[in-house]
Amino acid sequence: MSAVFQQYASDLAQQQFGISWLADARDGGLSAWKEHAWPTRKTEAWRYTSLLPVENEQWQLSESSAETLSQEALSELIDMDAYRLVFINGQLCEPLSSELPAEVVTFADANSEQQAVIKAHLSKVANQQKHLFAALNSGLLHQGVLLHVGKNQRLDKPVYLVYVNDKADAQLANTRVLITLETGAEAQVIEHYFTSTDQDRGWVNALTECSIAENASLHHYRVNLESEQSLHTGGIHATLAANARLNGFTLANGSRLKRIDYHIEHLGSGSDLQLNGIYLPRHQQKVDYHTCVEHAVPHCTTSEVFRGVIADSARAVFNGRIHIHQDAQKTLAEMSNRNLLTSDQAQINTKPELEIYADDVRCAHGATVSQLNDEALFYMTSRGISEAEARVMLSFGFVIELVEGVAIEALQHWLRPRIAHMFGQSDQLTRHIIHE
Amino acid sequence: MLTIKDLCASVEDKEIIRQLSLEVKPGEIHAIMGPNGAGKSTLGNVLSGRPGYEATAGTVTFKEMDLLDLDPEIRAREGLFLAFQYPVEIPGVSNMELLKAAVDARRTHAGQEEISAIDFMKMAREACKSVGLDQSFLKRGVNEGFSGGEKKRNEIMQMMLMEPTLCILDETDSGLDIDALQVVARGVNAMRSEERSFIVVTHYQRLLDFIVPDYVHVLANGRIVKSGDKSLALELEAKGYSWLEDEVA
Repeated sequence: MSAVFQQYASDLAQQQFGISWLADARDGGLSAWKEHAWPTRKTEAWRYTSLLPVENEQWQLSESSAETLSQEALSELIDMDAYRLVFINGQLCEPLSSELPAEVVTFADANSEQQAVIKAHLSKVANQQKHLFAALNSGLLHQGVLLHVGKNQRLDKPVYLVYVNDKADAQLANTRVLITLETGAEAQVIEHYFTSTDQDRGWVNALTECSIAENASLHHYRVNLESEQSLHTGGIHATLAANARLNGFTLANGSRLKRIDYHIEHLGSGSDLQLNGIYLPRHQQKVDYHTCVEHAVPHCTTSEVFRGVIADSARAVFNGRIHIHQDAQKTLAEMSNRNLLTSDQAQINTKPELEIYADDVRCAHGATVSQLNDEALFYMTSRGISEAEARVMLSFGFVIELVEGVAIEALQHWLRPRIAHMFGQSDQLTRHIIHE
Repeated sequence: MLTIKDLCASVEDKEIIRQLSLEVKPGEIHAIMGPNGAGKSTLGNVLSGRPGYEATAGTVTFKEMDLLDLDPEIRAREGLFLAFQYPVEIPGVSNMELLKAAVDARRTHAGQEEISAIDFMKMAREACKSVGLDQSFLKRGVNEGFSGGEKKRNEIMQMMLMEPTLCILDETDSGLDIDALQVVARGVNAMRSEERSFIVVTHYQRLLDFIVPDYVHVLANGRIVKSGDKSLALELEAKGYSWLEDEVA
């Protein structure tokens, strides 16, 4: 069955006329894709997430382009001063995109210098032998965005990448981002995935690679708020050179299949990773975060905090791994995963893993699973607040600390009401937690 | 205001309150004293509707309503307020958010408009000041990391903002130093009015030096065994509770 799907996807790749100078990257991806053993429920990394939604459809590559979006979809965009690129069903929508600085270019428009940068870094950060959907992404490589910031340069505005889908049928949008920061460079990137209709049954396979050189600093934000019927796979891969910094934030609801991988490698001494994540599946949604942080060298720090609120019959998976190699002395690494189940049917499978081969490190990891606190609920109702509103306020309170840590204020303001409305659909229930 | 008639109440099938009767009229302050385990806190919890505290017999009438029939939030909106013995810490929900939601709920229930954010801020700042809490407490998580004394002050601040008609203070004096005790008492005294009543539950006579009650009741073994005026509190302070228990037995 699985091999059938692998072959099917390979055939899809052959139908596509991709950018010619990326042919090698495509071939590499495709052969890695075909060589992968297809995951089953016995494959540890896919134990709680079924790939049947991928296997059971006759996917077509999404090719339709659109000139604009509905008012409703437009109002979902984050209102901020940024370099914006909008992709609708995987295709660039120029009228909605802004003028780009020299640092940002689509693969199709890359000049020879930029092509050289792309070829030098593409598929070098993400390991296609390990990551099935990274391999597929390269195999189907067509559209992509390069952000390349030169030595000691700082991009003056955030880069805001929008990926909107509105396909009611089985179309696959394969998206790719490559971020290369040279020594001492600084940039902020927001990747925003959403669907403009609840009927969307499309599949987005998104891959982001970040190569962060010495003393460079990247703020990376990833927002995945898609329809329940949609599929999302792929992940964010980054390498950190000496004294480089990555500040990551991710928010996702759930859908039929949503699997997001973070793979980060500390390759240079003194590098620092902060990664915060929030997942909020409800109804029948599923969401699966797998994170892996490799400490290969000494004196690096990792702080990773993921929180989830799982409602109704939703299911979430968090698998966080920190791997401290033998040479990675003086590592400071902390990982925490807290979960709030707001219904008896909600499910979380959490597995924080710490694998340590160095003997002089300071590491901590932990996971908790809890329900809404009855004492707090009574306290709030005894103040006249309805139980429904109290539940919304408590759920919101469980994750808001991480939102308040978001450095881009416009994003914070955008996130607050959207997160609140995931807990309570009516304004009556959210008006006291959304501050104007 | 409040009429309790032959109230029996259980916690986890264990009967704690046994045929308790009490009448509180508008403007009155009733002190309820008694030894550990007498059922003092249970009374406050039953009246405020805490889940798990079940009234098994008797009636409680509050402003001509069957109190026991109301959900906790309705009781609060109707003007019943319980100052907790152990206020709960709620990280992630700010004091300000909780207070605004509480005040709005009470106002909406009374058919009034919700208070504007600016007016509320003004009110809240003033309430903070009058209980000696820094304004930064409004932005912090509810009771999060507050000291024992700060939590109790916060309870009194909430009470001021909610303007209840019946205030139940459940051992608000426990764990307070003398300064905090005076702050709490000042808050209560400032709120005294002909329409507002208080039930002050306490172990010690000390609080009653500052909040002078109209009546003092001794609760033992789930029922009121003796009632009197404020001099009863002094007598209890001098003699303890055991003579009463003997007298009743």
